[in-house]
Amino acid sequence: MPTVTEALNTMDYGPAPESTGHAMDWLKSRGFGHFINGKFISGSETFASINPATGEELAQVAQGTAADIDTAVKAARKAASGWAALSGHQRARHLYALARLMQKRERLFAVLETLDNGKPIRESRDIDVPLAVRHFYHHAGWAELAEVEFPDHRPHGVCGQIIPWNFPLLMLSWKIAPALAAGNTVVLKPAEQTPLTALLFAELCIEAGLPKGVVNIVTGDGTAGAALVEHAGVDKIAFTGSTEVGRKIRHATAGTEKALTLELGGKSPFIVFAEADLDAAIEGVVDAIWFNQGEVCCAGSRILVQESVSEQFTNRLKARMKTLRVGDPLDKSTDIGAVVDQIQRQRICSIVDDAVAQGAVLHQAPAYEGKGSFVSPGLLTGLGAANIANSEEIFGPIVTLMTFRTPNEAVELANNTRYGLAASIWTENITTALDIAAQVKAGIVWVNGTNMFDANAPFGGMRESGFGREGAREGMLAYLAPAAPKGAARKAVDAPSALPEAGSGDAIDRTRKLYIGGAQKRADSGYSYAVAGAQVPLGNRKDIRNAVEAADKAGKWSGVTGHNRAQVLYFLAENLNARAAEFAKQVGEAETQAAIARAFYWAAWADKFDGRVHSTQSAHVTLAMKEPFGVMGVICPEEAPLLGFVSTILPAIAMGNRVIAVPSQANPLPALDLYQVLDTSDVPGGVVNIITGPRAELAETLAKHDGVAALWAFADPAICESAKAQSAGNLKPVWAESQERDWQGAEGQSQDFLHHAVQIKTIWVPYGA
Amino acid sequence: MHARNPGTPLTVDWFDRVQVNRPATERRANTLTTRRSVKKQFQAAWLVNAITCTDLTTLAGDDTDARVERLCAKARRPLADHIVEGLGLPDMPKTGAVCVYPTMVATAKHALSNSGIPVASVATGFPAGLMPLDMRLAEIRYAVDQGADEIDIVITRAHVFNANWTALYDEIAAMREACGAAHMKAILATGELTTLSNVYAASMVAMQAGADFIKTSTGKEPVNATLPVSLTMVRALRDYGDRTGYKIGFKPAGGIKTAKDAIAWQILMKEELGRDWLRGDLFRFGASSMLGDIERQLEHYVTGRYAASHRHAIA
Repeated sequence: MPTVTEALNTMDYGPAPESTGHAMDWLKSRGFGHFINGKFISGSETFASINPATGEELAQVAQGTAADIDTAVKAARKAASGWAALSGHQRARHLYALARLMQKRERLFAVLETLDNGKPIRESRDIDVPLAVRHFYHHAGWAELAEVEFPDHRPHGVCGQIIPWNFPLLMLSWKIAPALAAGNTVVLKPAEQTPLTALLFAELCIEAGLPKGVVNIVTGDGTAGAALVEHAGVDKIAFTGSTEVGRKIRHATAGTEKALTLELGGKSPFIVFAEADLDAAIEGVVDAIWFNQGEVCCAGSRILVQESVSEQFTNRLKARMKTLRVGDPLDKSTDIGAVVDQIQRQRICSIVDDAVAQGAVLHQAPAYEGKGSFVSPGLLTGLGAANIANSEEIFGPIVTLMTFRTPNEAVELANNTRYGLAASIWTENITTALDIAAQVKAGIVWVNGTNMFDANAPFGGMRESGFGREGAREGMLAYLAPAAPKGAARKAVDAPSALPEAGSGDAIDRTRKLYIGGAQKRADSGYSYAVAGAQVPLGNRKDIRNAVEAADKAGKWSGVTGHNRAQVLYFLAENLNARAAEFAKQVGEAETQAAIARAFYWAAWADKFDGRVHSTQSAHVTLAMKEPFGVMGVICPEEAPLLGFVSTILPAIAMGNRVIAVPSQANPLPALDLYQVLDTSDVPGGVVNIITGPRAELAETLAKHDGVAALWAFADPAICESAKAQSAGNLKPVWAESQERDWQGAEGQSQDFLHHAVQIKTIWVPYGA
Repeated sequence: MHARNPGTPLTVDWFDRVQVNRPATERRANTLTTRRSVKKQFQAAWLVNAITCTDLTTLAGDDTDARVERLCAKARRPLADHIVEGLGLPDMPKTGAVCVYPTMVATAKHALSNSGIPVASVATGFPAGLMPLDMRLAEIRYAVDQGADEIDIVITRAHVFNANWTALYDEIAAMREACGAAHMKAILATGELTTLSNVYAASMVAMQAGADFIKTSTGKEPVNATLPVSLTMVRALRDYGDRTGYKIGFKPAGGIKTAKDAIAWQILMKEELGRDWLRGDLFRFGASSMLGDIERQLEHYVTGRYAASHRHAIA
């Protein structure tokens, strides 16, 4: 060690290591197993948890098997009714106790997290652990209030939760706290790279006197996760991790009644306008991509900077990169620690190599000479949108930079991705900021900031970044089930025949066509099928394709005011009323009158399903905006051919969506007759498109279509399963219901329709003059 | 030593479109000190360094010759001998300067003779600066005549509020001329300018008009030196350096009282500007009570015992 005089010459920071004494004592004193039914149970096989900064083994932990998962799920099931039967206040006491105990062990958690994950101690100490604790406090509150705030909701039961290695304790808290607050019990599988803080948390569950079986933790790799996903005793799966695994889980759960939320990858834009505070934006990049080694799903990994300041910005960014300190994560002066393991390091380096091979220029700090898996911060320039580094999630400290000329181009580049998790917008012009915030496809938008989190701010993605929200009221809804419809199970209908059938036609032919883009269109197939008293077009996948294109072009509908949409819906009700007698002949007076009332009902909601302003941090406005998905597919129920159609299409368009509707296959006539009403009611072309035909095939086409952002299926179990499975391509959220609804009654106009018609965009706006 | 800033013509487009975002600046300022830590002998070295960058200051209505002499004695011997010995320093460190009112310059000069410690004087109607310009310039000349090596001037805040950049530039340029060979530190009174965009603009005008240092506060404002304000000012001087090649010094003043503050500001300088800005020719603290806290911390480092202030010589 240098002398004071030598240190005075260099003015270096010198080493400032965090002590690992208590954490190592804890590791040595424990034999780790699974935490099931309130006890630690040793596993049959074990594997090593490695410190990625040194390559040294920290502990042997148990490899969970299907049998372990089964034991854990059974324990959770056994505990479920008792836990759900507790009063909200009693559950709140448990969550509060967990929060308090975590706070009392905050440094032990922080040191363990850094040892296991490789992240800098500053981050685990100042960010991960405090946010995790805050999450339990916040949800102690929700436990207390759930009965009052979420009437007619019940817990799902047993939740299977699978979390990633980038924020082990924080993701645990995001999963466990709301699940418990809502009255569920859980089986959690931490990532195999980082199981240690979950095991410490398990000890706290014992210490806090949590009832046995309410929290169960099974360690292990993806096979244990797969066993959890497939276990028949699990009612809900919540997953945070890669889009690739998310897709597998979507497939695996498609044929079940399991509820599902997915928080997946991202390739989030970081947009810098010329009038931004450039130094602020530079620090924003540091907090975006050089936070947690860039192993952050919502990391701003694509910088888009306005051409007029791009040179200045790039030079400053390169200069800033030089003062980042890569090294021992336990050192208090480290900015960038080790990535989670060598596999991840190689993956990052391989994408960077490919990016360079494809023409990108890499600017990177010198490599850190350490035994562990270190990657120096890097910046890729001179690359187009097609470069692998702009399309693939790197999950490392490497950021790309492209330029744009105009706000429109910024939005175009920002949205030129399969993902839609987060976006960061830098400008001192509030008018520009909010305009861009409205246009980017992202679940979270930060204005003049990045990577801001709070337990009371909904977090989650659009597009292939997943669905469902964590945090706040919206996060609670992901762990609560609304009252299920009480009707009979829907039955499959056979695909219609294209061949003529005796006695099916009208005496005087009345031509019915498909309705696409506001016009009547012949079916692409050139075939019709017979229904009682008429011939109707036999739609196919090309008709769906055309309808999606038409719906896509009708984007203006999503931008008009709720008041405008309400006026259109009221007018529709009026015109339906004018032709009530005609519809009554088809479906009866009661259904017709109910359909008119339903149109009024959803017209009423069009301008009233408001977003929220969440209470998060001081001097921050945190908005939760309810945005339409855009283009939606709706497989309307077979039952109630008019009322079922109206009850599903209207809430979707009232919220600003454009729909491709597949009406009742057996009786599509009321829906087809309705297009004349749509025409006369000023519903713009493309907002509602109607395709008749084989519903199973049409549903599958809609599910597979990447241009369809959300899908509702009120259909038999086979169609529901297919819709969910085939949706895995673009991971659109699917609302599939195979029980008939009482369309005449309250079930026909429940709040579920609104909740499923919008996605939350959380916009953070810090302020200060 | 670096070349002295000759100033530039007033160039408004270097600053009039710059908008400083306060929450983002505060975020950076708040994490500067959580991102870096100095311990053990490094911490001791950083505290000794802070002493050498301190303008030990007395600017009170009740200052007397004797009071100033006592301050100068402390500036010569800021640490007790056993601490210097315990730290293994070859020599007794000295403060960067002593800072007084113009009428105390002669006393300070005499008290510091042969020490190599410069005398800094406030001038220009400190702290409000609301005197006729010719009187303010005369005050500078008086202080220089008395032997001041450095002059801390205050700017007319009204010129900033009114965006009257020409008036501000002309005033500071005239003051710089009056300073002659004495180095000029321009006090922006940031606690009164309030917005960070104002602070950036005033910093840039002061440098264009030839300031050798830019300084945050008089010590008499409701809010004095803060890290966000300092961050804004050092970024302005970095930008000025990028454009002109001249290095400008920075002096935070007022409200800096603890050894922890001394570390925090040095981290800011090192992170934003680099090693050169940890030397007295480019960085000064305007402080009086901070030295006592530093001495206590250093005593603890040397002896392992917590110190009591009454056992150290006061300034």
